[in-house]
Amino acid sequence: MPELPDTGVDDEIGSGPTATEAFEREQHEFGGVAGDSGLLQVGAIEAGPASTRRRGAGLGFGAWAAIGWMGFIILIAVLAKVGILTWGDANESFASCARKGPLADEGGAKGFLLGCDSNGRDMIPRLALGAWTSLLVAVGAVTLGFIIGGTLGLIAGFTGGKTDTILTGMFNVLLSVPVIIMALALVAFLQGASGEEGALSPEMILIIAIGVVAIPLIGRITRASSLTWAQREFVLASRAQGAKSRRIMIREVLPNVLPAMFSIALLAIGIAIVAEGALAILGVGVRPPTPSWGNMIALDRGNLFKSPHIVFEASLLIFFTVLSLNLLGDVVRARFDVREGGL
Amino acid sequence: MSPSEDRFGDAPYDGPMLEVTDIKTYFETDRGLVRSVDGVSLTLERGKTIGIVGESGSGKTVLSRSIMGLLPKRGVVREGSVKFEGQEFIGIKPKEMRAFWGAQMSMIFQDPMTSLNPVMKVGNQITESIREHLDVSKSYAMELAENLLESVRIPEPRKRLKEYPHQLSGGMRQRVCIAVALACGPKLLFADEPTTALDVTVQAQVLDLMAAQQRERFMAMVLVTHDLGVVAGRADDIAVMYAGRIVEKAPTATLFANMKMPYTEALLSSIPKLAHDSHTRLATIPGRPPDLVHPPKGCKFAPRCTYVQDKCLEEEPPLTDLGGGHQYRCWFPVGTPGGAAALEKNRTSASPAPAAAVTSPVGGQA
Amino acid sequence: MAGSGHAHLRPADQGLLRVEDLVVEFAARGGQKVHAVSGISLDIVEGETLGLVGESGCGKSTTGRAIVQLPRPTSGSVSLDGTELTGLKGEDLRTMRPRMQMIFQDPISSLNPRRKVRDIVSEGLDIWGIGDKASRKAKVDEVLEAVGIDPANANRRPHEFSGGQCQRISIARAMITEPKLIICDEPVSALDVSVQAQIINLLQDMKHRYGLTLIFIAHDLAVVKNVSDRIMVMYLGKVCEVGVPDELYANPRHPYTAALLAAIPVPDPAMQPDSNKVLGGEIPSPLSPPTGCRFRTRCPKAAARCAEEEPQMREVAANHFVACHFPLEPGEVLDFTKAGAGAFIEDAVDDPGADDA
Repeated sequence: MPELPDTGVDDEIGSGPTATEAFEREQHEFGGVAGDSGLLQVGAIEAGPASTRRRGAGLGFGAWAAIGWMGFIILIAVLAKVGILTWGDANESFASCARKGPLADEGGAKGFLLGCDSNGRDMIPRLALGAWTSLLVAVGAVTLGFIIGGTLGLIAGFTGGKTDTILTGMFNVLLSVPVIIMALALVAFLQGASGEEGALSPEMILIIAIGVVAIPLIGRITRASSLTWAQREFVLASRAQGAKSRRIMIREVLPNVLPAMFSIALLAIGIAIVAEGALAILGVGVRPPTPSWGNMIALDRGNLFKSPHIVFEASLLIFFTVLSLNLLGDVVRARFDVREGGL
Repeated sequence: MSPSEDRFGDAPYDGPMLEVTDIKTYFETDRGLVRSVDGVSLTLERGKTIGIVGESGSGKTVLSRSIMGLLPKRGVVREGSVKFEGQEFIGIKPKEMRAFWGAQMSMIFQDPMTSLNPVMKVGNQITESIREHLDVSKSYAMELAENLLESVRIPEPRKRLKEYPHQLSGGMRQRVCIAVALACGPKLLFADEPTTALDVTVQAQVLDLMAAQQRERFMAMVLVTHDLGVVAGRADDIAVMYAGRIVEKAPTATLFANMKMPYTEALLSSIPKLAHDSHTRLATIPGRPPDLVHPPKGCKFAPRCTYVQDKCLEEEPPLTDLGGGHQYRCWFPVGTPGGAAALEKNRTSASPAPAAAVTSPVGGQA
Repeated sequence: MAGSGHAHLRPADQGLLRVEDLVVEFAARGGQKVHAVSGISLDIVEGETLGLVGESGCGKSTTGRAIVQLPRPTSGSVSLDGTELTGLKGEDLRTMRPRMQMIFQDPISSLNPRRKVRDIVSEGLDIWGIGDKASRKAKVDEVLEAVGIDPANANRRPHEFSGGQCQRISIARAMITEPKLIICDEPVSALDVSVQAQIINLLQDMKHRYGLTLIFIAHDLAVVKNVSDRIMVMYLGKVCEVGVPDELYANPRHPYTAALLAAIPVPDPAMQPDSNKVLGGEIPSPLSPPTGCRFRTRCPKAAARCAEEEPQMREVAANHFVACHFPLEPGEVLDFTKAGAGAFIEDAVDDPGADDA
């Protein structure tokens, strides 16, 4: 890989890293450096530890709460789907309960802790099953996005040259289409393609639609990370030993790109959950009676003022789930940064 | 005391300009308390240069920043006394320190690439300091800046004022940093490895420049470096640091002629020298620097010392003053009968320096 | 100084490596070219250590990488052990790689933080499928011990080791395929002084034990003198001077070499730095290097001829070659404050069209 040419500024510094290593070592002794040696920060005031708040390490309260919440939601979703613990029937309608619930105009409903939706269906089993659907779609979409987008991004960043130009061009083209339009178009296409009997389930269609939208986004982020790591000297060393490009990409670059990508994946799942909700409101979400958090909000948003509990409950669940995912994403990123920065 | 009043002939303080007494700087980390600077004392007169020499982990960088007060706000323990012209620094608020920074004392950092703001024109970076401390107009400040660039021997200074740092070479950038540091005419200049990141010919230019400026302005300078060659030619006194303490301090000529601390001797002999023939085997210092969180008992250098005796591992040697400004800490100093005997004893008994005693994560050597 | 010419090369059949007229140019913005290396020739005999010395921008690191074809040079010939590397196609070149290895400057950046040290060192054997699992493990252990790393620690990751230890691991990695040539690109510049000495000694030991041939690239003249059998001084992509260390340092013939030597801070207070010997000016931009001799803009001996004609390498003493129209006489001392007096020196400050260095 050719060195990036400079306009007259030396990039072979004399004996720079001597004292920089000294500096980094001094940092190391204080317990951790926020520094990748590709970005040597010999800064003014940083003569101390990079982070003193990590004193008494371990995850903070927020992280544990997030893990707890996610565990709880996943458990409920799985149990509900598998049928072990459904807390009632998600599809059964109770006329007596319709539109009744906490904060509802029509008052609370006896025996239904969280009330019912406008069709009289019990909220609790619906929310539980909805968790499954929402998570399935979100995780599925992000996985698709990562497998395709991540791979393409990795290749683009590592290979450079024409391949990179073409792939980046593709990403840019895809990104220039407004996300909603793209998703709607994909859904329409896929619904048409799957025909009357529905070869593709609505969940599958959503996974593909959101996933394809995610591909260029994830692709670009992965490419940036891949590019940075590909310029490190151990990659050059591997090439100097005669390793083939594919081997280098998978054995040297990928393991370094993965941790950052993992944390982004967590954030992306949160975004995908909200995206599913948005698509549900636009009418292309999971088809009822199958509940998802998104389509529960979509279905009963007309009743927002009379029976707010329906929208609120689903929204709160989305809120806490996305918040937890964000927190976890941050924690994962911080953990992996530290370990590498400990060099 | 307002620094701007200081400038034009106030009642001169008749003590050393800088007086550091037993300064300690510890950092709180999750591993424990890191004792970066563990009791350092020195004095500096106006117009003189003191060279602080040490390797990584010796605490030399932390020392200079601690004296200036440029440390993070939290997680730092700073004790001892730092008196600048009689004014005590430790314990005063950062707001009060700011009055001194730039105007009375300033610092040049190691890496000219990152010491300058990449999105700010060179001229503005110099005048920033001027306008902070001196009450002058913008155009006058620019004129001062141009003069400064000229005095640091940058060709076409007026053109440079409008340029950005990335348009200059490493050597020129460091000169700009020097200009920024000297903008308000400080009395004390800290230079933290100012030439390490530069080529050797550029290094010579920059060091010459700093010496010239120092003479002109009658400044005191603290020159922190790992390079004994750099301080040999430029410092009046040299202090060698190891594991957060000064292990030997002496006027330059005395240090090289009559070094007492085995670490100083080992450091000097591990440097390849031009005067030697090629393929001369270099003396090495076995082991690694000690863990600053749990420093070893006794002399900190003992585990790696060729003169080590049992006493060294048990008791920390006190500061011995030889007079003439020469101080050191050692039980069996170089060039004394005691030291020679210790060395001989080690050599004949063929027991290696207890490098295993060094607490290091992996292995016993560097 | 523009060092071209082959006078300093020894007979073709004697060398392990022979490089002729190596040119490396990079594309820069606006259609300009960075002339990183402009016609370097060198050769190494088996078992020799060639020191390549110069300051930033001289092209020494680029030369090292171009020799191992990473990236391929723009033009020129590189032949290792009789095989011409520049003409080789991808797969053929790949098979040559185990014979020439590199060690890099930054010990941290040159090791993959996510891999175990054992895997890193064993990479050369894994790629080429040399030996079976047991024999590979044995070989890794052997080479780790040779460089002074306890094999028991081989399952740790690089961040658990110090800078000096990381450099040892890099050396182990380079040696495991038993290369004929190892290019050391500033291997000790990023290390502490006391660690430098250890690594230098280690390289010498490895060289003797395994019969290695080294190209040692560095900017520290004292270090280079210590390790090299032959030294080549470079400036702005050209060769200035080639010679044996003791002789070269005692009697430098090229003004640039003299300037470099004079600039080295000596740990001896009796030797006070002399302002006259300090090289002035700035290094010209590699985008538009000076015509003729590239050093002329800062040279006190520059004359009209230096701008018109590029000096070729020629022998000025036994085994001592210089590319200069007016080489120094032994014992001649230059006053660099005089540089810039000549009419052709005015390019130094205002190089038209060049991004100023």
